[in-house]
Amino acid sequence: MAKKAQSTLVNMLLSLTVIAIVAAAVLALVSAVTKEPIAAAEAAKKEAAIKKVLPQFATLEEKTIDGINCNYGYDANNELVGVAVESSSEKGFGGRLGVMVGFDAAGQVYGYEVLQTNETPGLGAKAADWFQKDGKGCIIGKNPGETKLSVKKDGGEVDAISGSTITSRAFCEAVNNAYETFEKGK
Amino acid sequence: MKATQIIKNGLISENPTWVLVLGMCPTLATTTSAVNGMCMGLATAFVLMMSNIVISLLKSVIPDKVRIPAFIVVIATFVTVVQLFMAAYLPDLNESLGLFIPLIVVNCIVLGRAEAFASKNNVWHSLLDGLFMGLGFTWALTLVGMVREMLGSGSIFGYNFIGGNDGMLLFILPPGGFICLGLLMALIAHLRRKAEKA
Repeated sequence: MAKKAQSTLVNMLLSLTVIAIVAAAVLALVSAVTKEPIAAAEAAKKEAAIKKVLPQFATLEEKTIDGINCNYGYDANNELVGVAVESSSEKGFGGRLGVMVGFDAAGQVYGYEVLQTNETPGLGAKAADWFQKDGKGCIIGKNPGETKLSVKKDGGEVDAISGSTITSRAFCEAVNNAYETFEKGK
Repeated sequence: MKATQIIKNGLISENPTWVLVLGMCPTLATTTSAVNGMCMGLATAFVLMMSNIVISLLKSVIPDKVRIPAFIVVIATFVTVVQLFMAAYLPDLNESLGLFIPLIVVNCIVLGRAEAFASKNNVWHSLLDGLFMGLGFTWALTLVGMVREMLGSGSIFGYNFIGGNDGMLLFILPPGGFICLGLLMALIAHLRRKAEKA
């Protein structure tokens, strides 16, 4: 075995500096290589979500309203078919709950997709399916301007997820926030 | 020390989860499904193997007094590499493992093997030790994940066999993780004891 380097000040400085420089170089390289694929993966995820929450569209236009990202979908005749709003609520059981909500041109909820969630698996995390078309708390086709979209406990018309009233409230808040943005963008 | 001995140590007789009981945080947190457990295990195995190789190569140029910071820099570098590649090519998995990938840095198995093994043995043996300790961790996490997923969501590796979504919720939640891990650990200790007697 080679003789072990002694713990002199020079040796310590030298070895740590060299190791840190090499590590930084490796990381810079990997970061450069993966930058594009990461951006592409994020864009693909967003696009898939938009496709899920909007009716068939031909072109998309991205707008920012009050700092909230919205995607306007138009059909081949340039008629507005729907708007996908990236909304969120800070009141989830596990903090921030990000939801992309799609409205058709009349303002009815066409679809939604949970983008960011820290809700409890098996309870609050059910929000991904619960409010969908075949779910028990379906909100699809409802217009938040006409129907009060909040849980029944709060006097609204949405069946809360059993055992997850807090998540359901946060979800309703996110949908209502999205609707507000949608109205503002009209 | 022979290669076969190192392999057996990592997989069974010094298994990081069942025998050394190291790295319990990711073990409990990421095993809500078999796939998550397995991927967490494989990511850790990769980091363990690479850091063992590098540390074994560097062992004679790193002065003793600064060996821990040097090891941590090496380990953190590999963890970040894994994380970046995962975010780029496996975005879904990256999301479900979330915070626990960067936390591999502080997993005691990795630093533990660097200190106890790689800094004293040659490169080939360190590579084997890292790989098989990692695989030992992987099979343990996969097993815990399988049991929890089976009881908690009624599926194995995402394949649902009860035709519904209503498993025993407890096993997906943290308390179920503790219960499951404890019972499995007892069972495996029992089996090992039996095998030793025979």
